[in-house]
Amino acid sequence: MKNTLSIFKRELKSFFDSPMAYVFLIVFALLNGWFFTTTFFLYGQSDLRTLFNIVPLVYLFFIPGITMGLISREKGLGTIEIISTLPIEDRDIVIGKYLSAVALITIALFSTSLHFITLATFGNSIDYGAVFTGYLGLILVGSVYASIGMFSSAVTDNQVISFIIGIAIIFVFWLFDKVLIFMPDFIAGIIQYLSVEYHLSNISRGVIDTRNIIYFGSIIGFFLFLTTRLVESRRWS
Amino acid sequence: MIKVENLSKHYGSVKAVKSISFELNDGQVVGFLGANGAGKSTTLKIMTGYISPSSGNVFYGEKNIQDNTSEIQKDIGYLPELNPLYSEMIVHDYLKFISEVRGISENDFKNAFQKVVEECSLNAVAHRTIANCSKGYKQRIGLAAALIHNPKILILDEPVTGLDPNQIVEIRELIKKLGKEKIVLMSSHILQEIQATVDRIIIINEGSIVADGSSEELLNDSAKGKADLKLEVSNADENDIRDMKATIPSIDIKNISKEDSFTRINIEFPSNGDPREDIFKYAVDKNWVILEMVTSKQNLEDIFRKLTGNNKLS
Repeated sequence: MKNTLSIFKRELKSFFDSPMAYVFLIVFALLNGWFFTTTFFLYGQSDLRTLFNIVPLVYLFFIPGITMGLISREKGLGTIEIISTLPIEDRDIVIGKYLSAVALITIALFSTSLHFITLATFGNSIDYGAVFTGYLGLILVGSVYASIGMFSSAVTDNQVISFIIGIAIIFVFWLFDKVLIFMPDFIAGIIQYLSVEYHLSNISRGVIDTRNIIYFGSIIGFFLFLTTRLVESRRWS
Repeated sequence: MIKVENLSKHYGSVKAVKSISFELNDGQVVGFLGANGAGKSTTLKIMTGYISPSSGNVFYGEKNIQDNTSEIQKDIGYLPELNPLYSEMIVHDYLKFISEVRGISENDFKNAFQKVVEECSLNAVAHRTIANCSKGYKQRIGLAAALIHNPKILILDEPVTGLDPNQIVEIRELIKKLGKEKIVLMSSHILQEIQATVDRIIIINEGSIVADGSSEELLNDSAKGKADLKLEVSNADENDIRDMKATIPSIDIKNISKEDSFTRINIEFPSNGDPREDIFKYAVDKNWVILEMVTSKQNLEDIFRKLTGNNKLS
């Protein structure tokens, strides 16, 4: 745990030691702000549903951007040899790095709190529960996408390839919900269950269902497990 | 004690390391010498737990690195060959990060940091970003990171690469000092560096150990206790030259060649003796004029070339 924290701190500091975190935070805030405000006043509704619909789409490109270097850069520069010969388990390295990406995503989500403040100031009959679960859903979706990004980062030592693989896998998860109508009935249920959007929409309605939490936890666990195995695979190459 | 037992590593069809075995004892500085691609770095990577062997074992005391990787890694300080560093970090922060993972407390870190900064002469760059440090400083930062937890075992892959001659002497002295209380295994393809620093040399070639011993032992073994002497004389009769063996039994005359104005004689003699005085007296007795008398013993470079089958070091 202590080692995970050390890796987490180093990675988070590394994000902010380079322009990457600042560019990410600013562009993320501007994009979401633009998409949200262009429709917010037209609809005239006191909720953040537009924001909660837009953020997963923005995640599609931003999260692979954050995660692409987390392991592939270490492999490319050779620093993986440094951390892998420290008395630290590969699992702790993966979790520490993963948590740093989730922390950056959560910080980015804070930038959208400006819209919540606007809503709370000017809106009526706000469903604070739905807002809270909506944000929780966004953090969970961000966490799922970050685990996929970690996996794609461990596949290769090339950051660009890692970025593309990350987008491709996240896009598939994002697409599941959109292609349901084309699916035969016997498989539609499985595809729907695998869809991130389906579980996010459940949570965004203000209901925290353990099935949704189990889904997010399972996907995160699955991809982090694969990532750890990939990091360990250097021993046998 | 470290025991490497029948260690092999294959990358596909390429056999990088072929069933090598050796032991390292406390208080010993051992040099791992070999041309590029000989299998040095692969062996060191296996010994640090970074990669696994295809077969064989590395024991630290009674513990196998494969089964006790993290536990053994606590006792190892490792400087990888290419010395990868987090270039965006400040030197102090980087060493702090390494210390944290190594389990060094906040209070102990201050002393440990001060010690390695002095040992590795990092005072000038302690608060500088690693990316802005020279290659020599980067090498010393890597060495400081390997030393910060005062490990029992130091594994250094090409530790003096990128250092200037003064820095090389400093690091050499540091390694020698550390070798008095630790096991130090350093690899290099620079013969002079190995010869000047270590107590024992292991020469590896194409994945196999071809020699193991102190430089003196390697020299004696290779030369089979013989040394050469080149003698150039004028006014010498060939029969007198051949009779020299009867007067000085320890020598063997290997070759006699007549030049225009002198005769060149190649002589072999036991390396633990010195026949020059006897030869001089014999020459005076026979009225020879000695133009040149030079002894030559094999050096480590000759041995290295002979053992690795290369005419040129890479």
